[in-house]
Amino acid sequence: MRALDRKLLRDLWKLRGVVLAIALVLVGGVATYIMSLSTYDSLLVTRDRYYRGQRLAEVFASLKRAPETLVERVREIPGVEKVATRVVAAVNVDIPGFPDPVSGRLISVPDRGEPLLNGIYLRRGRMVDSRRDDEVLVSESFAEAHRFRPGDEFYAIINGRRKKLTLVGIVLSPEYIYEIQPGAAFPDYQRFGVMWMARAPLAAAYDMEGAFNDIALTLTAGTHPDAVINRLDRLLDGFGGHGAYPRTDQLSYKFLSEELHQMQTMATVFPIIFLGVAAFLLNVVISRLIATEREEIGILKAFGYGNTDVGLHYVKLVLMIVMVGIAGGVAGGIWLGRGMAGVYTDTFQFPYLDFVLRPVVIVSAALVAVAAALTGTLHAVNRAVRLPPVEAMRAEAPAVYRPTVFERIGMQHLLAQPSRMIIRHIERRPLKALLTMAGMTAACGIVMVSNFQEDAIRYMVDVQYKMAANEDLSVHFIEPVSSRALYSLRSIEGVKHVEGFRAASARLRFEHRSYRTALEGVEPDGRLRRLLDADLRPIRLPQRGVVMTDYLAAMLRMKPGDRLRVEILEGARPVLEVPLVGTTRQYLGVSAYLPREELNRLLREGDVVSGAYLATDARLSDDVYARLKETPRVAGTVIQEAAIAQFYQTMEQTILFFTMVAAGLGAVIAFGVVYNSARIGLSERGRELASLRVLGFTVGEIAYILLGELMLLALVSLPFGFVFGRLLCEYLASQFDSDLYRVPAVLEPVAYSFTALVIILSTVVSGYLIWLRLRRLDLIAVLKTRE
Amino acid sequence: MTPANERSREVVFHARGLTKTYQMGEVQVQALRGVDLDLLAGELVVMLGPSGSGKSTLLNILGGLDTATSGEVSYRGRDLTRAGEQELTQYRRNHVGFVFQFYNLIPSLTARENVAAVTEISRQPMRPEEALDLVGLTGRLDHFPAQLSGGEQQRVAIARAVAKRPAVLLCDEPTGALDSTTGVLVLEVLENVNRELDTTTALITHNAGIAGMADRVIRLADGCIVSVERNASKQAARELSW
Repeated sequence: MRALDRKLLRDLWKLRGVVLAIALVLVGGVATYIMSLSTYDSLLVTRDRYYRGQRLAEVFASLKRAPETLVERVREIPGVEKVATRVVAAVNVDIPGFPDPVSGRLISVPDRGEPLLNGIYLRRGRMVDSRRDDEVLVSESFAEAHRFRPGDEFYAIINGRRKKLTLVGIVLSPEYIYEIQPGAAFPDYQRFGVMWMARAPLAAAYDMEGAFNDIALTLTAGTHPDAVINRLDRLLDGFGGHGAYPRTDQLSYKFLSEELHQMQTMATVFPIIFLGVAAFLLNVVISRLIATEREEIGILKAFGYGNTDVGLHYVKLVLMIVMVGIAGGVAGGIWLGRGMAGVYTDTFQFPYLDFVLRPVVIVSAALVAVAAALTGTLHAVNRAVRLPPVEAMRAEAPAVYRPTVFERIGMQHLLAQPSRMIIRHIERRPLKALLTMAGMTAACGIVMVSNFQEDAIRYMVDVQYKMAANEDLSVHFIEPVSSRALYSLRSIEGVKHVEGFRAASARLRFEHRSYRTALEGVEPDGRLRRLLDADLRPIRLPQRGVVMTDYLAAMLRMKPGDRLRVEILEGARPVLEVPLVGTTRQYLGVSAYLPREELNRLLREGDVVSGAYLATDARLSDDVYARLKETPRVAGTVIQEAAIAQFYQTMEQTILFFTMVAAGLGAVIAFGVVYNSARIGLSERGRELASLRVLGFTVGEIAYILLGELMLLALVSLPFGFVFGRLLCEYLASQFDSDLYRVPAVLEPVAYSFTALVIILSTVVSGYLIWLRLRRLDLIAVLKTRE
Repeated sequence: MTPANERSREVVFHARGLTKTYQMGEVQVQALRGVDLDLLAGELVVMLGPSGSGKSTLLNILGGLDTATSGEVSYRGRDLTRAGEQELTQYRRNHVGFVFQFYNLIPSLTARENVAAVTEISRQPMRPEEALDLVGLTGRLDHFPAQLSGGEQQRVAIARAVAKRPAVLLCDEPTGALDSTTGVLVLEVLENVNRELDTTTALITHNAGIAGMADRVIRLADGCIVSVERNASKQAARELSW
C-alpha cells in the first residue's frame, strides 16, 4: 500500500466519530432510496405477475341481466380478445356468534375448469363442486377475520332465502388485492367478504340460467380501452348496464397505484434531504481537515506531489466515507424494504410478495450518493489543490474577529465574555452557522413528517365521521324502493333517526373531461349527512343544481355556474344537464350531491330511496342488527364505528413502522449535524479552549462556549424547522392527493413538541460526547501545537 | 572547496534582481528587494540573517515553492521564474529536498512511511531504510512522529529530503527548534549528506554559530544580500557550538 493511502486510512480512523456521523446520514439517504424503490419494484413486479397469472381483465362491466348469446356480439367489438361472463350478487351473511350485519359479494366460478379471466388463487382447501349449491370459497382476509377453516359453516340470504353454506376453500383474487365494500371508505374484513360459488347453483338462485350480470374483457395488444368501453356501453344499454370501466378505475388497482405513487415520492424527497445534509457535512469536515492539514499538503507539494495527487487523496477520503454510507445504506435499505413489504402484505392481499432489488437501484443510489458527496466537497478539495505550497506551510493568519452587531448597538454589558465569544463566533462565520441551521432545519422536517401521517389520517377520519357523516350505520337496498320502506326502518326498536338517500351511478362530463361516480340525493336538512365548506362549516344544499367535492370540480375544471352533463348509468339512463352551484370539502372519495327530491324529479321517478342512514341507540344495536338481517331488501349495512376501529387496527402497524423510521432518520440527521459541528468547532478552537482552561476556566465553562453556540443554533433552527416541516408535509400531502382520498396537511401540537424533543435530545447526546472529549483535553500538548 | 575547483564547478542556481512582495493580512511586505546570487554544485552555503531578512523567501523561490515578483532565477539553465505550476511540481519532485524548522512530518505516518511517501514518487530513490540509516535512525523505523524526540524527527525529515537523491537540499532553520547538542547531531547529518552525496546544500539560519561549517556564508538583511564571505577554514559540524 502506498504511504499516502496509509495516511488516508489512519486519517479515517482518527476521524472515525465524524466519519460515522456522516456515514449515518448517508445511510439514511441511501436506505430510504433503496427502501422506497425496492418496495415500489416489489409491489409492481408482484402485482404484474399476479395479474398475469390470474388473468385479470382489462375492462369490467356489470348490468342487470343479459343472455349468454350477447357474448358473441361483445366479441365482435374490435380490440376485444377474451370475454368472460359471471353472475355476481350482493348478499347478507349471517355468521353464528357474530351479531353485526355482514355483507358479502357472491361471484360465480365456471362449473368446469378455471375462470377464463379474473382467476382465483387457492390458498387452502379445494375448489367448489359444481353439483353442490351449498359450497363456497371465501377470501382470505374475510376468513382470517372470522378464523374460518375449510369445513366451517355460515348462512347467507340468497335471493331472499336463508341458506346454509359450507366453506370449502380459502382464496385470493387479483380483483380484491384491497378488499373494500363498494361505498365504504375503509376495508372492514369482518363485515365485508367476497365469496365464490359454482355458476350453476348461483345462476339458478338468481334466475340467471343462460344469462349473466357481470362481464369482463381483455383487449388485444395496443387497443385503447375507451373505444371498447363506448361500444360495450352501447351494447349493454338495453340490458341495464351500469357503465363499463377500465382496469385503471378498478378499486384495488387504484389503491395500489396510489401507494406506488407515494413510494416514488418518498424515493425522491427523503434521499434529497439526506444527501443534501450529507454533502453539507462532508463539506464542513473536509474543509476543516484540509485546514488542519495545510502543512502536510505543503510538504507533499514541496516534495513534488502534483495537484492531481493531492486532490485525489482527499477525493479518496470522501469516497471512503461515502462507501461506508453506501454499504450501510444498502443493508439498511434492504432491511427496511423487507419490513415495508411485510407491512404491505398486511394492507394488500397478495398470495406472495416477490422482493425485488434491481442492481440498477443500488448502482444509482451509489452514484447519487457519490455525486452528492463530491459536489459538497469539490470546493474544499479544490482549495487544497490550489493552495500554493509556500502558503500552505505558513501558519494561517489569525482569524479576524470584530465586535458583533449586538455589541455595536451597545448591548455588550448584557453578555459575559463567554457569551460574547459565542455571538462573535457565529457572526464571524455566518455562512457556516446558516448551514448548520439548515441541517437542523432539515432534521426537524423529517421528524415532523413522521408524525404527519398519523395526524392527517386521524383528522381525515374525524372530519368524515364526526362532522360530515354522523350516522351509526347505513343500509343499502338491493334496488331503489319507495320511501315507505323508511317507515319500517324507523319502526325498529333502537333506531332513533332515519334519513333516506338516493344514489345513482353516473358519468359526469364537463367539456371533454368525465368522471364516473355516484350522484347522491340526500336530505337538504339532514342531521346525519352534512356537506361542509372549505372551512368545514356545514352548508345547506340549494333546491336546484349540484354541489360536488372540490377535488372533483378541480378534476373536471368546473366552477360554480358551469353546466354539468350527467349521464345516469342505470334505469332509463337519462342524460341530464344541471348547473354546478357549489363545492364541498371532503377528504375521502369524491361525489356530486343534490337534494333527494330533486334527483327523484330529474330521474322522473317517484319518492324513491336507494338506502338510508340510521342513528341508533348503542345499547340496542344488536337488536337492530338482528332485525336488519331479517329485512329481505337490505343488500348491505355499513357500521361506521366498527369500520373505523378496524381501519385503525390495520393502519396501526404501518403508521408505527413509518413513525419509527422517520423519527429515527430525523434524529440521525440532527445528531450528525450537531456532532460534526461540535467536533469541527473543537478542532478549530481546541487551542483557544485549552488556553482558557490553563487560565482557570472549568470544563463546564469551556463546554458552554463550544456547545452553547450549537444549542443556540439548534433553538433558533426549531421555528425554521417547524415551517420547513410544515411545508414538507404540505408538499407530501399534495403528492398523495387522489380521487380516492386527499391528505390534509395536519400537524397536531404534539407533533411540534415531539420534533423539538428529538432535536434537543440529539443535540444533548452529541454534546455529551463532545463533553467527554473536552474533559480529556491535553492542555500542554494543545498549547505546544503550532497554529 | 578551493577557489580553483570552484571555477570549474557548475552553477546550479543563478539569480538576478529577485524581488518578492506579498500580502500578509492587510499589510504589504517587501521580502526581497533585488537579490543577485549564484550557487555552485556541491557547495554548502549558510545564509545568515535576522527574522524578516528575506532568507526563507529566497529559499522558497529557489526551491520552487514560491515565485518571484520580479527578477530572474534559473536552475541549471532552466528558468524557474516563468515555470508553471506543473513544471515546478516536477522540479521539486525530481531535484529538490527540503528540511524545515518544525520538521513537518506527517503525524499519521511512521518514520519509514514518511520517507516512503517521497520515495514512491521519485525516479531513483534510496530505500527508506537506507535513508534512515544515513541519519542514524535504523532503530526507529516504525515510530510515529509523536514517539520521536525533536532531533529524531528532524533526522527523519532529513532522511525524507535526501532519500530521493536530490541535487539540492534546502534547509530552513533545521536546528531552530532543537537544543544545541541535538542541533549539532542534525548538522553532522547534513554535512555528511553534502559530502557523501555531493548535494548542493543551502542552509538558512539566524544562528551565526552555524556559519563555520559553510563553504560560503551569505548575509541577508532587509531583503538584500549585504555580504558574501568564503570560509577560509571550514569547520566540522561537530566542532560547532552556540
